[in-house]
Amino acid sequence: MTGKTLYDKIWEQHVVAPFEGRDCLLYVDRHLVQEVSSPQAFASLDQNDRPLRRPDLHIAVADHAVPTRRRGHPFADGLARQQVDRLRENAEKFGIAYMPMNGDRHGIVHVIGPETGFTLPGCTLVCGDSHTSTHGAFGCIAFGIGASECASVFATQTIRQTRQKTMRVNLEGGLPAGVTVKDVILALIAEIGTGGGVGYAIEYAGSTIAGLSMEARMTLCNMTIEAGSRVGMVAPDEVTFAYLEGRPLAPEGEMWDRAVAAWSNLRSDEDAVFDREITFDTSVLEPQVSWGTTPEQTGAITGVVPNPEQMTDRGRAARIRKSLDYMDLTPGTRLNEITIDRVFIGSCTNGRLEDLRAAARVLEGRRVAGSVKAIAVPGSAAVRLAAEAEGLHEIFLAAGFEWRDSGCSMCVAMNDDRLEEGERCASTSNRNFEGRQGKGGRTHLMSPQMAAAAAVTGRLSDVRELL
Amino acid sequence: MDKFTSLTSLAAPLLENAIDTDIIFPARFLLLLDREGLGKHAFNEWRGPGFVLDTPPYDKAQILVTGENFGTGSSREQAVWTLADLGIRCVIARSFGEIFYSNCFKNGVLPIRLTGTEMEAVESAAEAQTPLTVDLESKTVSLPDGQVIPFDIADHHRRALLAGLDEVGMILADHSQTIAEFEERRRTATPWLDLSQDKLDALAEDGA
Ligand code: SF4
Repeated sequence: MTGKTLYDKIWEQHVVAPFEGRDCLLYVDRHLVQEVSSPQAFASLDQNDRPLRRPDLHIAVADHAVPTRRRGHPFADGLARQQVDRLRENAEKFGIAYMPMNGDRHGIVHVIGPETGFTLPGCTLVCGDSHTSTHGAFGCIAFGIGASECASVFATQTIRQTRQKTMRVNLEGGLPAGVTVKDVILALIAEIGTGGGVGYAIEYAGSTIAGLSMEARMTLCNMTIEAGSRVGMVAPDEVTFAYLEGRPLAPEGEMWDRAVAAWSNLRSDEDAVFDREITFDTSVLEPQVSWGTTPEQTGAITGVVPNPEQMTDRGRAARIRKSLDYMDLTPGTRLNEITIDRVFIGSCTNGRLEDLRAAARVLEGRRVAGSVKAIAVPGSAAVRLAAEAEGLHEIFLAAGFEWRDSGCSMCVAMNDDRLEEGERCASTSNRNFEGRQGKGGRTHLMSPQMAAAAAVTGRLSDVRELL
Repeated sequence: MDKFTSLTSLAAPLLENAIDTDIIFPARFLLLLDREGLGKHAFNEWRGPGFVLDTPPYDKAQILVTGENFGTGSSREQAVWTLADLGIRCVIARSFGEIFYSNCFKNGVLPIRLTGTEMEAVESAAEAQTPLTVDLESKTVSLPDGQVIPFDIADHHRRALLAGLDEVGMILADHSQTIAEFEERRRTATPWLDLSQDKLDALAEDGA
């Protein structure tokens, strides 16, 4: 008998009832609830007169719609305010722990889940948000679901799911100076495409992984959905346990020891067979920037805007032509000559302490270029407080950045942080789709230090020249 | 949920790849709290003269024909609600974003994957403004020239759409006992996965 993959092991532990084929009724250990995907799901409980089965396995926080200029600023009445209020009322009504907007536990769902120890190895975790893949960094099966599935979790603590195929991505060779895991995942998506992971749960392994912090692993798993795969995971190890120990919702004392003993077995067996396996050499990578309107339209900063007229694949050429038209870019332009108007450092991809530190290292002693408007938005209140304790906010402020309160902010442009028509932004978020950061806005994805480099030069820049 | 059995309609050709859910339903409209009436915001940035769903006769189409990876990106179920509100009951694509695909079945919308010459035939019929018939019972798409194209769909998805079933109601009816037994085993095997209300309360209070 062949061995099992990490994904298969956790999956099998959570099957409540098998259905035909690869389908089953899956138990959900953890559900993160936010304001955008939950109102209709809560409403369906009321409409059908159903109770919420396990309020103790949920936590709620409003992150997408909240303003990030909060202290000293009123939250104006309007749709966003109503949506946030609705979440608070629903959490209260159904007995779910709610992290208020102005409290020290506030943050983006995918930042506070790990931060509070709500996210644990070996669990199943869902949220009505596609970047739930982030939590897989802890060696759990975490994936985004739709609002109807949220309703199923509320009422039954289970959902009907199809077991994914498995893919192992071996990242080998470590990271060169100036290159981060954000560059790795962007380059990987450029290689396998936004559809490259569809149908697969991806496990990241290889020598590059062992050296990565939990923050970096989260960035990697976070953007797995941009390769089309709902699940990205890393087997838990000492780095994982050290991160979790002492977190408010993590087990304690004897229970901690029991949990760690169990988690230590959570890895793919030596003889496990994956449906697909690829190896990716990370030692040769350069810092990456996206130039188009899907994350796969990405290249090294040392390169140029590609020319669709020279491509043999007509479908690909047509897509690129359309992207370049939207992005207002000319083939052959050097990427490091593209000037920018805005910089956004934040999001569930790159809004953690390590990300802010990396950006601050570049910004220290430098100033944001003339007309560029730049904001730094910590992923959570805890990240903000920790950064302030280190004095990072002073570096950002001295460089000319605005220093904001936690939330999704300009990653999704649901509050007033958004690009104006035609503005071009260096962004640490995860999606460069048309209109994602505001109608007509143009997004270039990159790592935090690359965004900091762009802020000080006013154009897309190779951070290695500033380190 | 609305049943889906069979449908004959014009099919609107929106022949582009990787139309993501931010295009189908831009994020700023996610602030709306109700599901009703979302159709007017569908494809907001693309709407207007020249856009296929605003161009008669396609404004009445109940079938949308599109490219690869339709509905990729954000998990927002609003992307399905907005199409359903526009009257689209069936989307035929070369492939789909996974979350979008499963969201369709919860809302009485049939997503069909086709490729190769069969997909090309459907695209041509859509562009020629000739009606297609989609029949879920027989799992076929019929073209006016007599060509009948079979499609694949998981059996439970098919049954749920045909009967307009409520999945949550089915789980509660069939599996309540099994779920309770599972939770009992879970409490013994992985007790750290149950959270104490005290800890949760303390956390929420911390935050206040
Ligand atoms: S930061 Fe962006 S990607 Fe992350 S949860 Fe918020 S909106 Fe989604």
